[in-house]
This record gives sequence, C-alpha cells and structure tokens, in this order.
Amino acid sequence: MKSKKKSPTRILKAVLVNAELIITSLIVLIPVIWIVMSSFHKGTGLTGSSLIPKHLTLQNYVRLFQETDYMIWFRNSLSIAVLNAVVSVILILITAWVVSRFQFKGRKSGLMAMLILSMFPSFLSMTAIYTLFITFGLNKSPLSLVLVYSAGAIPYNVWLVKGYLDGVPTSLDEAAYIDGSSKINTFLKIIIPMAKPIIVYCAVAQFMAPWMDYILPNLLFTGTNTKTIAVGLYAMITGNENSYFTTFAAGAVLIAIPITILYLLFQKYLVEGIAAGANKG
Amino acid sequence: MNINMTKRKASVLISAFLWGGGQFFIGKQRVKGLLLFCIEIILLSIEGFSGYWLDYFAGNIRNFRIGIYGGFFTRGIWGLTTLGDKAGARYGDHSTMLMIEGIISVMVLALFLLIYIWNLRDAYFTGKEIDTKGVYTTSKEYLKHTLSKSFPYIILTPVIILVAFMVLMPILFSFLTAFTNYNKNHLPPASLIDWVGFSNFVKLFKVPIWSGTFFSVLLWTVIWSLLTTFTTYFFGMFQAVLLNSKHVKAKSLYRSIMILPWAIPQMISLLVFKNLLNGQFGPLGQFLIDIGVTNKRIPFLTDPFLAKVTVVLVNLWMGFPMFMIMIQGILSNIDKSLYEAAQIDGGGDLQVFKKITLPLVFQATGPLLVMNLAGNFNGFGSIYFLTEGGPVNPNYQLAGDTDILISWIYKLTLNNQIYDMAAVMCIILFLLVGSVSFWNFKRSSAFKEV
Repeated sequence: MKSKKKSPTRILKAVLVNAELIITSLIVLIPVIWIVMSSFHKGTGLTGSSLIPKHLTLQNYVRLFQETDYMIWFRNSLSIAVLNAVVSVILILITAWVVSRFQFKGRKSGLMAMLILSMFPSFLSMTAIYTLFITFGLNKSPLSLVLVYSAGAIPYNVWLVKGYLDGVPTSLDEAAYIDGSSKINTFLKIIIPMAKPIIVYCAVAQFMAPWMDYILPNLLFTGTNTKTIAVGLYAMITGNENSYFTTFAAGAVLIAIPITILYLLFQKYLVEGIAAGANKG
Repeated sequence: MNINMTKRKASVLISAFLWGGGQFFIGKQRVKGLLLFCIEIILLSIEGFSGYWLDYFAGNIRNFRIGIYGGFFTRGIWGLTTLGDKAGARYGDHSTMLMIEGIISVMVLALFLLIYIWNLRDAYFTGKEIDTKGVYTTSKEYLKHTLSKSFPYIILTPVIILVAFMVLMPILFSFLTAFTNYNKNHLPPASLIDWVGFSNFVKLFKVPIWSGTFFSVLLWTVIWSLLTTFTTYFFGMFQAVLLNSKHVKAKSLYRSIMILPWAIPQMISLLVFKNLLNGQFGPLGQFLIDIGVTNKRIPFLTDPFLAKVTVVLVNLWMGFPMFMIMIQGILSNIDKSLYEAAQIDGGGDLQVFKKITLPLVFQATGPLLVMNLAGNFNGFGSIYFLTEGGPVNPNYQLAGDTDILISWIYKLTLNNQIYDMAAVMCIILFLLVGSVSFWNFKRSSAFKEV
C-alpha cells in the first residue's frame, strides 16, 4: 500500500515551506554578501556600493593596514581577550568550586549578594570606574580593562558554574580526600576535568566579550595606541561614510571572520551555556 | 557561681578595648589573642600613620582640619559626609575623589568592624566555656580546627577584593551619585558637589520635561523589550519548526546560513545595517528607487516611527537565530511516539503543534525568555549603534525617539554630564530589571538549592 503519490496539498506545502526558507536565507545573506563585496569595492564611499561590484580590488585591505592603526587595535583587543579568558576562568572556577563544595559562614548571603550585583548593568557604573582608573593610573594600558571585565563576569558566571558543579556527584572528590589528596590537588585532578564543558563555555564567552565592547574602552582610553578594534572601527565609520566606508568594510570583514568561525566551532558549548544560564542549573 | 559569671563578662570587657585581650588573659589562648591584637594594631596604624595625628598630638598643628590632617578612615568619612568644603581647581577638594576614597575607607572599616564583632563574640564564648565546663581550649587546637575551616575565606579573598573594588564600589558610587548635584554645573575639581537628598528623584517626577521624557522613554523601553523578545522568539520558533518539517531536504544548509547573524559580532552587524539603511547614501534606499517602489529616499533611521520599526526589524535579524537553534534542539528531543499517538488519534498538523509541541517548547524556554526580556530592556547596542537614539525629539530632555532608558542614561552621562539624574535612572532601571530577573530566578531550581 504505497501511497507515495504526492497529493496537491502536500506539494503546495513543500513549495511554501521551501520558499519561506529560501527567502529568509536571502534576507540573512544579503547584508553579509554586501559588506564582503563592499570590502573589495573600488572606491572609498558608501555611494555606488552594490551587491555585485564591477571592479574588484584589494586596495581597501592595503589601505586598512597602511593608513589606519588596525594592527595596533587588533593586538590590543586580542591581548585583552586572551588575558580576560584566562583570568576570568581561573577566578570563576575557583570561586564556584568553593561555594559549591564547602560550607562556610556567609556563603548563602555572599551568593545572594552576587546575584543582586549581577543584575546591575555593569556599564552604568562607568563614571566610578573612570575615576578609579585615573586615580590609580590604570588608564595607561588597555590590559587593565581585564580587571573590570573579569570582575564583572564573576557574579553571573559563578552562579552558572556553581549550578553545573552542584550537578556533579561529590562521590569522586570524597573518594580522593579519603585517599589523602589535598584540596588543591582534588580541584586540579578531579573538578577541572569534570567541569570541562562549562569551562569551555566560560572561556569562549569571556574571550568573545571584549572584542566588541565599545563603551568602556572608548571612555577610558583616549590615546591612539590604546584603541581597541571596536573603538577604532566605530570612529572610522562614524561621519566618514563617504571616505572610509570600504576600508571599514575590509576591517569589519577581517575581524568578523575569525570570530564567526570560533562561534560556529563552539556552537554546542555556547548553546548549552546560554540554556544553563537561563535555568541556573 | 558569681565569680564564674564574671569570666565571660570580663573576657568581653577586655576584648572590647584590647582585641583578643579576653582570649589572651582569661582564655589563655595566647596565639589567637595576639593575632587579634595585631589586627587592632594594623587598624590603628593605618589611621595613625596615614594622617598627621602624631604631629597633632605633639601640638605641631594649629588649625587642625580632618580633611587635611586626618588619617585614612577619618578623612574618608569626612570626605564622604561633606564631599569637601574648599572649592577651587588647584588647592580645593575634589568631591568625586573624596567620595570614592570615602566609599573605600568605609568598606575597609566595615571589614574591621566585622572582625571586631567576631572578636567580642569569640571572647564571650571562650569565657562561657570556662564558666560552664572549666576547660581551656588551647589556641593550638583552636587554630588547627580553624585553619581548615577558614580555607574558603583564604582562597576567596582575592576574588572578594576584586569584586569589591571593581563591581561593588562603582555600584555604590553611582547609587550615591543619585543623591548629589553632580552635573555639568558642579564638576570637580573646579567646583564642589553637595548632597541634595531626594531632590533629584522629586525632579524626575515633578519637573514636566524630565517626567515627560522619562515616562515616554520608559514606555518605549517596555514596548521595545516586549516586541524584540516576542518577534525573535516566535520567528525563531517558526524557522525551527519549518526546518524540522519533512518537506525540507537541505536542512543543514539552511541552518548554517541562518545561524550566521548569531555568530557575527553584533556590533559589526549593527554598523553594517546602519550604512545599508543610511538615509542619504544607503544602497537599500537607492535600490528601492531603482526598482520604482518609491521616488525619494526612505528615512529608515531618521523618521520617528520608521526608525522604531527599523530597529525592531534589525534586532529580529540578529536575534532570531539563537531561539531557532535553542528550539530546534528542544524539538529534536521531543519523543516521536507522542506525535505518532496524536496522529493515530486523528490530530491535524496544527492541532498536534498546539497541543504537544508548543507547551513543551514553552516549558523549556520560559526562563530563557525572561532572561532575554531583561537583556533587551538593556539592549544598548541595538539602539545606539543604529540610530544613537535619534531622531532627536525636541519635546524630550536630551533624548531621541528611539532612545531606551539605558541609551538615554548613556547620553546623559557621556554627552551631557548630567551624572546625578543619570544615576537616579540607573537606580530605577536596576529595580525594574532586578525584580523581574529575581522573580524569574526564584522560580528556578537553583534558588531552592542554595
């Protein structure tokens, strides 16, 4: 009883569904193709840019490296991102481990305090951070942003990782303690391997976050050598649509490609991390 | 019995003045007593040597002012309460610095106060133990016991210090700013800032231009966060359901394309859209003219109503893929037998979707939805990088038509230096978002397990 014969409604459905998917894909792709093509477009301005330029050139990329400080911005952003990922993960993981595995006075109120702190949008305290940075001379190197980023990441992420560790049975670490393993050793040998997925999430999220943060670096660092990618690109395009648009496109494409690839590679971890964050364990 | 009573009393009494004194003399816990005493010495030395107290007591200072000659704590508290009393850029007091130093010194002082209270409590219990049991716990035993118990505190100290300075202190600062007149008319170091009580809050609700702008912006913020959350959620769900349909062959191809907006850095996408939709030179406007849809440029980002539509649509472009991926994951985990059973019972596609799929998806994504709502409420980037809050609305106090609270606060702070009013709004924003997030969190399992 093979009724593989396609009924008209079935065909109509298939056509409609596929048509919708194709249209949505096009809407998603067109801005992407447009900016990639613009980066190869001959000319400097926004006017005359099109989806399919007549002449392709690498001139914009050359200009990006010769006329702007793109390399400096990139180096600054990269070093902030790497350092932030390392520092944040260490601090978050240790804190989460202690609150998850040890009972001590002030633990509950500390966790509650962190929960409330994590609900305060971090950049609203920028005036204080600005004054603090100037008072302590931290506005010389963009790396000091890591202090703000990693501290800001602690409240939310400690809850996240704590929730994860709470779900991991304690029998393994207890067995290790019975065998005479020290606390630190147990942490390194047992907790870290078990928490790998959530560590990957935190590391990737903390690596990604600084790249496109505009507000703090723009406020704190005014020198040319201390600009980050986000600040540099924003300044390049704002008000200069007709003299720097294609150079901006080249810069945007260059930075978007590696980050997009990283995102796609770590998709699984990021999705899990976001879901866990919403449910907090 | 009477003599025994005095043991705990005496212990507390001595410890009240000489930290650890009760433990040292009455409880015979030499090391612990000395340690506590050292902390008192540290406290006194910080205060004593950071100021000019020694010179003062030696009579070398005639016109003693705490603001100049006081130590770390007294000067901090003086600064926090007065915010300086001498105006002038060169030799005057710097109010915001005084405020920050004040907050820091109060935070440090609070820590010492905690130790002090603990010291008194401990003195009491040490005395009590001798009173009731007549046993002396040696400090060696005590320290051994405590050292393993204080492991969490020792290891968490760096984190606590970092969070205290970089998260807590700035929040306290912006909280306190709401009660001052810190704005472009009172900018340190040239002039002083003063405490003004609740007058900024009164101003926000009583002065028409402020309250008018505030409620209009708040209304748009609420509409914005609801619209963005629901459009991205339901469009994402729609795409996920379509991708799951049996009529689709190239599932993974569509999926990899549609995931792009989620993976591309948001700020880049926003700046690209800002140019794509540029009212003067934007290619989309040009394209619409070329194909004859319109004969003049469409002001996507500069018309009050159109700009609002545009920001919501661009946000939809960026936001739907996340929900699509999430919901696709949930859909693939739904037990197939549920569907089969429904089909045997004669349920149509739509009915099956309504009765089975939708409730399961809602249940799984509920908390995420609330978190997303709170996130969009503070969705600074989507507004600021596209329109900078514009077009400017002349009826508003320094705000534009697409401004949401957070972008308005940003503009008040950075462009207009109205820190006091911005801080008032920060507090209100915090209360709004905080209560929603807290409510959401309280329903979750994590809350009960704390």
